[in-house]
Parts: sequence; structure tokens; C-alpha cells
Amino acid sequence: MNLLLKNARVLDPANRMDQVADILVEQGRIAAIGQQLAAGEQTKVLDLTGKTVMPGLVDLAARLREPGYEYRGTLESELNAAMAGGVTSLVLPPDTDPVLDEPGLVEMLKHRTRQFDHVSLFPLGAMTVGLKGEVITEMGELSEAGCIAFSQADRPVVDTNVLLRAMQYARSFGFSLWLRAMDPWLSTGVAASGAYAGRLGLPSTPEQAETVALQTLLELQRSVGVHLHICRLSTAAGVELVRAAKARGLPVTCDVSINNLHLTDLDIGYFDTRMRFDPPLRSQRDRLALRQGLLDGTIDAICSDHTPVDDDGKNLPFSEAEPGATGLELLLSMTVKWAQDDGIDLLTALSCVTANPAGVLHTSGLQGPKLGSLEIGAWADLAVVDLDAYWQISRDTLLSQSWHTPFEGMEVPARVCATIVRGKVVWERAG
Amino acid sequence: MTNTLSPPSIPPAQALYQKLLQAVRDMIANLPEQQVHLVGIHSGGAWLAEQLQKDLALKAAMGTLNISFYRDDFDRIGLHSQTAPSEINFEVQDAHIILVDDVLYTGRTIRAAMNELFDYGRPASIRLVVLVDRAERQLPIQPDYAAWTLQEPPSGNLLLQRDEHGQFSLQIEQEAL
Amino acid sequence: MYNPQLNRHGELTHLLTTEGLPRDILTHILDTASTFVPLAARDVKKVPLLRGKSVFNLFFENSTRTRTTFEIAATRLSADVFNLNINASSTSKGETLLDTIANLMAMQADIFVVRHEASGAPFLIAKHVAPDVHVINAGDGRHAHPTQALLDMYTIRHFKKSFSDLTVAIVGDVLHSRVARSNIHALTTLGVAEVRAIGPLTLLPSGLDQMGVKTFTRMEDGLRDADVIIMLRLQNERMRGALLPSSHEYFKHYGLTEKKLAFAKPDVLVMHPGPMNRGVEIESAVADGPHSVILNQVTFGIAVRMAVMSIVAGASA
Repeated sequence: MNLLLKNARVLDPANRMDQVADILVEQGRIAAIGQQLAAGEQTKVLDLTGKTVMPGLVDLAARLREPGYEYRGTLESELNAAMAGGVTSLVLPPDTDPVLDEPGLVEMLKHRTRQFDHVSLFPLGAMTVGLKGEVITEMGELSEAGCIAFSQADRPVVDTNVLLRAMQYARSFGFSLWLRAMDPWLSTGVAASGAYAGRLGLPSTPEQAETVALQTLLELQRSVGVHLHICRLSTAAGVELVRAAKARGLPVTCDVSINNLHLTDLDIGYFDTRMRFDPPLRSQRDRLALRQGLLDGTIDAICSDHTPVDDDGKNLPFSEAEPGATGLELLLSMTVKWAQDDGIDLLTALSCVTANPAGVLHTSGLQGPKLGSLEIGAWADLAVVDLDAYWQISRDTLLSQSWHTPFEGMEVPARVCATIVRGKVVWERAG
Repeated sequence: MTNTLSPPSIPPAQALYQKLLQAVRDMIANLPEQQVHLVGIHSGGAWLAEQLQKDLALKAAMGTLNISFYRDDFDRIGLHSQTAPSEINFEVQDAHIILVDDVLYTGRTIRAAMNELFDYGRPASIRLVVLVDRAERQLPIQPDYAAWTLQEPPSGNLLLQRDEHGQFSLQIEQEAL
Repeated sequence: MYNPQLNRHGELTHLLTTEGLPRDILTHILDTASTFVPLAARDVKKVPLLRGKSVFNLFFENSTRTRTTFEIAATRLSADVFNLNINASSTSKGETLLDTIANLMAMQADIFVVRHEASGAPFLIAKHVAPDVHVINAGDGRHAHPTQALLDMYTIRHFKKSFSDLTVAIVGDVLHSRVARSNIHALTTLGVAEVRAIGPLTLLPSGLDQMGVKTFTRMEDGLRDADVIIMLRLQNERMRGALLPSSHEYFKHYGLTEKKLAFAKPDVLVMHPGPMNRGVEIESAVADGPHSVILNQVTFGIAVRMAVMSIVAGASA
């Protein structure tokens, strides 16, 4: 598929490029970026004056809810949502039903998604059978079936011995482990410990739930040398620990969700279940530290943590409601909003959703040309965006099957106009 | 907004009170003294009853009624009980009640007062005395004595006032223009 | 600022928590309650104020005492009272909270009195009822028990006349106590001089100082010169949760005895929301002694609940 994109503002955080240029795509790959490029034969020409072209977003956590939870979301609806958000690569946590702990299930998933032929999916395999934290899965087989790394989703591992053995086993193959830092005994609350949860009388989770688990993970990792990706960091103290670990040269990477990046426990208001998350929303101090961590490279990436929940899951008292919110369509806008709010250079901010998360995937073992960047020879996975267009987040504007988002009603910047995967325009906004 | 002009065609309240006093004196002359109880309706009726109690030197205790729990317009205006609660500290059973109010208008207040009294017990009789009768009844209720009866409706709400010396006056509360 | 308890005219239409209720509304409830107190002395204790209205007691958590006082209060207002024992009914068959409410609204309920184990449940219900239906929180999880706080305030006002110079100490399991939270908010709104919380660290939540409360782990220090002591019930489950070693040890350090009472002011009031665990949080000599107003709390509780029901039922739709 050949494409010539003309006169767009080209943003490539990986190469710190920000200029108006043409991009030539041949056979689905980026052939050239420059001025006044000529179209070859059978080349579709698109005039993108006034628009921005950037690498398609790489989302390190998005639940598509298939198999097993189709009443909350289907591959079709959620992949549509991904493309509407300019996301061209996404990582699937293994907590589907059944759990992704067998190669056959991964094959089935890939088969299901092949018919959509759009977004690149990187499933995480379960680290233990059934995610129960007892028996290690056949990581080799799962990797061959297509799993990019191994994870426990949101289920903590109680037995530290199992954790250690899993790290050693993964290390033998050069696999990565993507883990939440959550202590099983301290993580039983529904909101973050603090003055606000105290007022609301909600069972709460102290920051030690994250830091104690993080210390354990880092200490075990130190003796093994496996690459650990810490998922959904949420505390200032946690950022400190990761910063220190990176300074010591440990192979650690981590991400933060758009929810913890923008919201705090005060946003729970009158028990608003749209604010029910795991990890919980924490204090302003924590939010500040997370933003600082993104800026200084301690935190590598921002992810959407897309978790569709249906009405039945949210129309309940706070502690009984299901945690999670829709996010794929919001990843770009909420990243640009953060950049605008804090006066951060756009390329730096966007690297958190393109080059950096791609880097985490490559560190986890992804071969081939660099994802999340506009390298010559890389697949042309691109997002065409109107950075100055504001849109209102609402039931009517969201494509996901779940419209439960804490950002409902907000006017946010950056509207995706079209999404291109391997040089093919796979999604275009109507009108 | 209270307009402090006195209503034009009504005699002064003190004069009306004197007439009321005489009427009540006559009324209770043939009733057994120990069982006659004045009951005033808050707040104007209660003031009148207090003054009557003193001037008649009655032995038996008087009472006051709040009636806010017995009104028929709760659904429309809710509960606004800022005045003191009802106080009936005597046995209503077999009592001869002289119910006292300042202005008789639609009759609904009296209906509520009687309902409340009956929740205390079964009186032997109830007689109603008022200072002014506006004669715009919505219920079949009539006073046994009214010191003055209006021939035509006043221009606003008729209110009884009592100053620091205990002197009564009548005023019209008009809506601000 | 949006307050889910007030309608657009600023009238109280639901009572969900004492937090965020303006002082004049709290005072209005106490004043109204005082007009209901004399009713208890009458032969006919009823007034026809809520005649024709239906009050549904929805108790998802068992409580005979609180439910009974609400029942008495509603009956004295001449309302029709319906008690729903939720454990035995459809919710255990999987019906959601909101479905239960929708079904009851279809039966023309006017007032829901709700007790639920999940903090915030009454807020969810209040969001989903019609404008002329009112929700009264009879206790939600650890969050709030506003009628208890109001009757506690009424009791304090009755004996102490004014709130301004008072030092009030709340003793016990503040962490799990909705009574404590509601009392703290009411006391600070009504302007008491000092609110104190006394208990071991395992039973004191974080953020108390942000609520305007001074914390003490030594009871003698916390009780010094206190005007009012509110004792909280200690629940047995706390022993199992690694929060306390034993009730014996708890009584020794945090139980209210005559000896400890001596640290407070000579005319101190001793209060307890009930039911009491004698010998665990309070000794009998104190519970039955001259400082105790525990039984007065119960009497005032009926008048306060009558006041709350009358006020919300009278709010315009």
C-alpha cells in the first residue's frame, strides 16, 4: 500500500522531529520523510495541511474483554475505540475468561483478531496457571504462540517463592515479567488511605501496599536479573524506589495510567463510582510525583488501562462497584492535556505514548524495526491528528462499548482524524 | 413587608379586647369554675388568653396550642414550627374549654386546634371567642363571640401585635409593591 | 456548591450525612425536635403530620433498636410504616440495590430509611429516587449515622445549653465508626471549642486532624477537663482483625471507669450510642451513674427522628 502524506506537521518524538514535511509510504513501510516528495505509481495522495502526523500510539494496557466478558466489550467495539484514539499497538493483560495461560487460547485470540487486521495486538501470557500464583505456566509455549511477556494482571502473588522461581524461569528464556506492585494483605481497600477515605469511611489501601510489594520485587529481581516492567505505579514513594533502582542499573521499566496521572482521591466526591480504580486514586502529592517521574524518565510510559465496565458494574455502592474505566480513545487527548496543563514540550509528552512504550516492548523481546517511531523502514503505523481540535468526552462521542469514564463531560484537546496501519487507512473520522 | 398603618375601619384593639373580656366573663359565669380552661392559639390567641387569664383571675390553668402539626397544608408549605410547642398541662377530659384566637378567617386553624385538643382528651365543651372575624369562611365554623366582624375583606393579612407594656394593636401586613 | 441533601430551594430533602450540612439546618432540626419532645408525655402520642405517607424501613444490616425507633417515630407522625427485612428477601436472590428501590417506588414509597453495610449506599439511592421521595440514612458502612449524631447534639444542647465552650471527647473504635464521623462533623459545624478522639493507633483513622480533631492515645490525657464523653461500641470482630489483643486489655486502657472519669470536668456528660458492652468500653457504675445521659439519648432519639422525617417530607418537590 503506497501513500503520500503531504504538508503535515510531522511529530516524531523518537527522533525529536517537529516540522512540516511529506511522508512517503511504500509497501506499508515508511520510505522517506522530506520536502516536496514525489508520488510514485499507485500512490494515494493525501493533503494533510493543518493536520499533524505522529507515530500510532502504543498502549501498554488495554483490556478488550474477549474472551469471556463480551457483555462489557467485544474485540470489534474495542478495536474501533483503539483506532478512534490513534492507538495502533496495544498490550492485552491476561485476565480474560478463561485466563490466557494456554497456547491454544492465545492462538484463538490471534485468529479472532486476524479478521480485523488492524491494530497490532501484544497479548501478555499469564505468569501462573489461572493467575492463581501457584504453578508457573509454559512460558516457552506461550511465547511461541505470540505472548510478548508474562503478567499476573491485578492478582497479587502471595507466595514469594513462586515469584522468585517465575523470575528465574523467565530469565532463562530472556522473557520479561510485567507485574503490579501490590501486597496481597495490604491491598484490600477500595480507596487510597488518607484523609478523604477516612471521611468517607471507605476501606482503604495504604501506600505501603505498593511500596512493600515493590521492595520485594526489586530485591528478588536484583539476584535474578530479569527485566521487570512495573505496571500502574501510583505512589510518590513508589516512584522514588523505581528511580533508585534505575540509578543502580537494574532492568526496570514502569508505566502509569491516565487516571492516576490526572485524578486524585478527592475526585471521588460523593462516592462517584467512575472514580473506582485499582490501583486507587491517590493524593495530590502522589500525582505530582508521578508527573515528575514521567519527565525525568523514571516512569517510561503512560497507558490507558482501558477496562470497560458495564452499567451494572457501576450502579452500585462504591465499595461494591467494579474498578476500571474506558480509556483507549482518551490516551492521546489526556496526554496532550497533561502537556498543556503543565507547560511540557509536546515531543516529550508524546514520547510517553509512542517511542517509550515501544521501547518497553522491545526490551521485553519484540524484534524487528522500531515501533512507535517514524524510522525509515519501520511499518507505517500512523495517527493523523488535529491537535487544536477540542472535543467533549461523552456517551455520544465514545465508540467503546463502555462509556464509564471519570473524564466524562470534559473538553479535551487533540482529535484523531484518521489512523493508518501498515500504510493502510484503517479508520477515518466521519465528516 | 409590614405596613404599620392601622386598618382604617376597625376599632382599636384595646377597645375590642375590653369587649372580649366582658363577653368571656359572662360566658363563664354559669360554668363550674374548676373546669373552665382558657386555651389560646399561638401567638395572638395565646397573648389574649394570657391577658384574659390575668384580668379574670382564673384559678384553673390555661393552655396554648401550636397547631402546626395539625395543619392541612403540610404538603404545600412543609413544616415551619418556629413558635413554642403546645402546652396543655391540665386534664382536657371533661373540661370546659374557651378557645381564644385573634383573627378568625377561613376556619382551618380552628379545625386544627379542635383536632389537637381532642388528642389530649374529650372536653365537655368548647366555646370559641375571637377578637376579629374576617367572615371569609371555607369551613362550617362559627365563633361563639367575636368582638368585631368585618363587612368587607381587608387589604392584607390582619395581625395582632403586643408591645412591651402588653398593649394590643392590630396591623395590616401588605405585600411590598 | 452542589449538595445532594438539599433541593434547589436549599431545603433538606434527604438526610444522608451531617458533613456539609449548614449550621442553620442542623439547628432547625434540633429546634423542631424540641417541639416533638412533649408528645411523649401525652396519652395520644400521635400527630397527623405524615398521615397517608408511606415510610419504608430498608435495613440491609440487622438492627432491631434503630429500626424500632424509626418505626416509633414514623408511627407517631401517623405514617404507614413498612419494614423490609432484606436478608430474607430478593437481594439475597441477586436483585441489585437499585432494582429493590425501583420496585418499592412503584409501591408509592414516600420515605426510605436505609441502613446498609456499604459506605455511600444511601447516596446512590438518593440519586435514583423521584423528587418527592426522601432518603434518610440510618447508617452506611463506616461513613455516617446522621440521626444518631443529631440526637447526640440534642442531648448535649439539652444539658449544656450552648456548644461554644465545650470540649468533647470521643473514645474507642473511631476507625470503623459512622457515629464518630457524623458526630465530628456536627460538633465542628456547631462550633464546639475542641473535639478529641481517644484510642489506640490501630483504631484511629488517618486524616482526623484535617477534620478538626485532636487525637490522644492515653485516655487520661484525652479526658482531662472534658465536658462531654461519647463512648463508642467496641465490636468483637476487631479482636480477630489483629487490631486489638483482647477486650480485657482494651478495658484496662480505654474503658471508662469512675477513676478515669475523675479527669474530666465535675459536670461531665457520659454518652453512648448503644448497645453497651459493660466491662469492655464502660463500667456499670459509670453507665448507671449520675453523669450518664444514655437513656435520655434514647428518648430524644425518637423526637429527633420525628423532626427529620417531618422536615424532609415537607420539602418542596
